[in-house]
Amino acid sequence: MSTWALARLIAAKDLRVERRSKIVTNQVLPFAGITMVSFAFVLDKQNVIDTVAPGLIWLATMFSLLILVQRSFGIETDDGALDAMRVAGVDAGAIFLGKALALAVQLLVLEVMLFVAAIIFYGESIQSGRAVLAFFNEPTDVNGVEVVLAGLTSPGQSPIFATVLLVTTMISATCGLAAVGTLYGGLAAGFKGSETLLPLLTIPAVAPVLIGATKAVESAVGTSGAAVSEGWQWVSLLAVFAVAAGVGGALAFGPLIDD
Amino acid sequence: MDAPQPPSSMSLPQTSRVDDAASRADPRSNQVIVLDDVVAVLGQFPALAGVTLTVERGEIVLLKGPNGAGKTTLLRLCAGLLRVERGAATVLGFDLATQRHELRSHVGLLGHQNGLYLDMDVRENVQFWGRTVGASDTEIDQAMVRMGVAGRLADVPVRKLSAGQKRRTALACLVARRAQVWLLDEPHAGLDAIGRDELDATLVEASQAGATIIVASHELERAGNLATRIVEVIGGQVHDTRATTAKAPGPSS
Amino acid sequence: MTTLDPASTDQSTVSRAARRGTGTRATRLVGIGAIVSLAWLIAFGLGFSPADRDQKESVRILYVHVPTIWLAYLAFIVTAVSSAMYLFTKKKSLGWDRAAGASAEIGVTFVAVTLAVGAMWGRLTWGVFWQWDARLTTTALLFVTYVGYLAVRRLGGSHHQRAKRSAVLGMIAVVEIPLVHFSVRMWRSLHQEATVANLDGDTKMDGLMLFSLFVGVIAFTFLYVWLMLHRTRSMALEDLLEERGLDHALMERRAESAENPTTQYSTIQNSTIGRDA
Repeated sequence: MSTWALARLIAAKDLRVERRSKIVTNQVLPFAGITMVSFAFVLDKQNVIDTVAPGLIWLATMFSLLILVQRSFGIETDDGALDAMRVAGVDAGAIFLGKALALAVQLLVLEVMLFVAAIIFYGESIQSGRAVLAFFNEPTDVNGVEVVLAGLTSPGQSPIFATVLLVTTMISATCGLAAVGTLYGGLAAGFKGSETLLPLLTIPAVAPVLIGATKAVESAVGTSGAAVSEGWQWVSLLAVFAVAAGVGGALAFGPLIDD
Repeated sequence: MDAPQPPSSMSLPQTSRVDDAASRADPRSNQVIVLDDVVAVLGQFPALAGVTLTVERGEIVLLKGPNGAGKTTLLRLCAGLLRVERGAATVLGFDLATQRHELRSHVGLLGHQNGLYLDMDVRENVQFWGRTVGASDTEIDQAMVRMGVAGRLADVPVRKLSAGQKRRTALACLVARRAQVWLLDEPHAGLDAIGRDELDATLVEASQAGATIIVASHELERAGNLATRIVEVIGGQVHDTRATTAKAPGPSS
Repeated sequence: MTTLDPASTDQSTVSRAARRGTGTRATRLVGIGAIVSLAWLIAFGLGFSPADRDQKESVRILYVHVPTIWLAYLAFIVTAVSSAMYLFTKKKSLGWDRAAGASAEIGVTFVAVTLAVGAMWGRLTWGVFWQWDARLTTTALLFVTYVGYLAVRRLGGSHHQRAKRSAVLGMIAVVEIPLVHFSVRMWRSLHQEATVANLDGDTKMDGLMLFSLFVGVIAFTFLYVWLMLHRTRSMALEDLLEERGLDHALMERRAESAENPTTQYSTIQNSTIGRDA
């Protein structure tokens, strides 16, 4: 069986387990939401929140990543399934790719939810998309067609470009986070103190993603006057990171989980 | 000369993989497992302190011994999970010093844990394991039927099963994976009398189909019906080995 | 026997060390070199080199602060190289693993010293203990990364399991560091918000100051080598102790087997012995 087919099988299995147990939907997503609310408690001032909101999204994502990884490997250690896969000689690279893929899907869902929460709680909106989102916030007389035309003809001010930037950011950041999380999750799985070892290893390793993703979202959203075009260099950083983490993780996962 | 076929409803999925391994190994040798004064450690503890053992194809070997004697470690070693610290070991022609990773897809280890995903149901678990080796849906269904987890149980989440039912599900996964050497660590634990009989019957047929089985168990009174040989393990070494009155090992041919 | 060659922790060295500690002629020589160069450093650093125009005397911290971070980088490079050697050589000598671990321990200590000394210097000259500039942030992340590496080394298991795990992580860390460094540099070079205090920046390096810095590097390099020699040897002794422990435990385990009365079976059906709960 090809590595890729095996990875898809494993990813499908992980997602099926989640569909049955609903741990992510019932526990992790609310956790992420309550984290966003807690940020509002401690930061309090609207102008402060406005400035840091993009960062808060990624901070909440990072904390949730740790929990998602613990869960992802929890199902493997509950009844020795990861051990069983090792025993069966299932290709470690495929296990890594499959679990990272499933983790990425769950992360993406989480990030979308967090972004929506940021729109609602923190008043965020896509740069120059205020008109588009206006009917969520307050009624205006803006003509929808005019907005779309404006969006298509002036790239610098376009909500479409900003949205593309946003989506690309989320995807590349997610890939990097999922790869690092799966790698270290596999390393720590089943050991005493794994719950604290995992954050210790993961947080410094994903610092580039935190930095890049926050900056990119700031550009997409227009915080502190950042222009959409600046976001793209951060996205390149995220893409490089994702590739490095994916390749490195696939190579390192085998030796790490093996005896 | 044809092997007398068991009743078709009870036959294992035929596979050519047994022959592959056999042709790779020395064709004159019927020896599936050869251990020579093997030492294996768990952390710093010498769980196996010099084990010498030979197992031939189609045998059903019962490992007995006190708790902590090293039975589990011996099984895990034969599965290719542990490093050989000292001594020499060969399983299915694979040298455990250098090839224990390649060995793994050919053996099945069922330890204290079942290797199942508790939130998926029985069918999904067996399907997952079967599909990792590309087994067809028919094979997967057969595996479930053989182990008595088809039908009513098939759609029950594993979390809700009894210990015995989980064990049978795990064995179904083993069958679906087409393992040639079965390494079972106290498989009878948690099974009722009927379950144990069924398990023994399955194991006997599996050995007739060419699988080699090692069972670590305390179920000594069953051994006469099941095992072809009893090996006693004490203090990380093989203390004693004797054949039983059960039928001779090897595929019936 | 007097080099950093991991294979030098062979049987004779180790048994000698077991009797007399990990000191040898090599460590004595290196140790003397360290003491001499440290004395030289004190002389030049505190005495001969000039005070800075702006920073006055507090610039002298530079002679400790900069060498420690450079040696830390060297230590982590040694860790990475030793990790690679362990993973990719056929023999998989544990000496490489010990070198990697010892070097990481020393590196982490040096980074901690760098950060502490730097914080003091920052307080003296700029009034703040910390700045979120590119260099400081990267150094802090470097520190945490290798603390994580040391934590993984202590996860337990056999020596080879520890070695393989740590070696893989050691190589991952080496890839992480440039990524982190690059992203933090980008972070701080675009959208410069606060003024970045460059802790060892604008001091124009007088010739004598450069020389004193050079002496500092020499002194700390001696110190690093001295620490490496001792630490790898003490690690070898620890491992040897565990291995001796293995032989001892093997003997005990075999005795366990001999003590156990041989169970007699006339027929299988008669046996009830050995049935645990």
